[in-house]
Amino acid sequence: MKNLLIIGWRTLTKPSGYYSLGALVIGGFIAGIIFWGGFNTALEITNTEEFCISCHEMENNVYEELKTTIHFSNRSGVRATCPDCHVPHNWTSKIARKMQASKEVWGMIFGTINTREKFLVHRRRLAENEWRRLKANDSLECRNCHNFDYMDFTQQSERAAYQHSTALASGEKTCIDCHKGIAHQLPDMKGVEGW
Amino acid sequence: MKDLKLVSIAGLMALLSTLFLAPILTSFTVHAAEKVEKAEKNTLATLRNHTEIMTQKKPNRMPKVINNDIKQVRNYPMQPPVIPHTIRSYEVNKNNNKCMSCHSRHRTEESQAPMVSVTHYMNRDGNFLAEISPRRYFCNQCHVAQLDAKPLVENTFIDMHSLMKQKTANTTEH
Repeated sequence: MKNLLIIGWRTLTKPSGYYSLGALVIGGFIAGIIFWGGFNTALEITNTEEFCISCHEMENNVYEELKTTIHFSNRSGVRATCPDCHVPHNWTSKIARKMQASKEVWGMIFGTINTREKFLVHRRRLAENEWRRLKANDSLECRNCHNFDYMDFTQQSERAAYQHSTALASGEKTCIDCHKGIAHQLPDMKGVEGW
Repeated sequence: MKDLKLVSIAGLMALLSTLFLAPILTSFTVHAAEKVEKAEKNTLATLRNHTEIMTQKKPNRMPKVINNDIKQVRNYPMQPPVIPHTIRSYEVNKNNNKCMSCHSRHRTEESQAPMVSVTHYMNRDGNFLAEISPRRYFCNQCHVAQLDAKPLVENTFIDMHSLMKQKTANTTEH
């Protein structure tokens, strides 16, 4: 075993004595495309709603709740899927989020929230994770669709127009500060700011 | 052989006559009943609007919720004020009361919403509580949003104010 490792290490550290440089470069390039493409494709598969709700924790709790909201069914038929709000779009943040989410696989295997009751116990903590994330990135996932620059205040109700043109415009508040529980039910809000 | 044929023909006739007559007779009674019902029906405007029981009525358009934030007049002093905005997916349950996140005493400065009446902080013995009284917790039991819909029946309610005005007008005439 040790000898095998030593042989492997020597082969890697020495210059190639048999294959041409061109073959190595082109071969490496093609292998790179296959690996990188494969990696990204796999990443994209984990970024679909079908993948999210393939776990019954997601399908029976949060997905069921989403169904009744305006982000699922509305007049124009544009709908938000799980990753639209819960996965950042730019690459580095996405990878960071995916690495965090690997902990959810652990939870899935060991049944941390495999019943509705357990889910309700954990709901406040789970909600706070998302509120913290959205607060930190200035509600980036909301703003992927809801662009402040193109909001028409005249089309909003009077109260909405007032709040958006003052608190939101000045940057004092961000979307999640007021719009909590718009896609899922709320936990017990005792002690949350604004409640 | 001939007898048998006669008997069978007679039987057939009897059968046919009952088959034909029965529906005519029953239809007579049904028509009579319908006439009585129609007389009653005309005074009642239901959502089904005289649609036969076996047919499915085309549903009415769903009216929009009035969302103009303008206070509506109360028809009598003790009427719970109606809600002049949408309340879609506002949660009022064991965990939260979304209404109170604007209308409770300590939230009204930021929200500029009217505070719920002080009676809502009283328990049934008249003692004031720090939070909204549990018996007043479910706002939608009394307060409802309004729809932009035509009333199905005419409302003949006259409030006390108009009644008194009428009375004073009548007495001054005499």
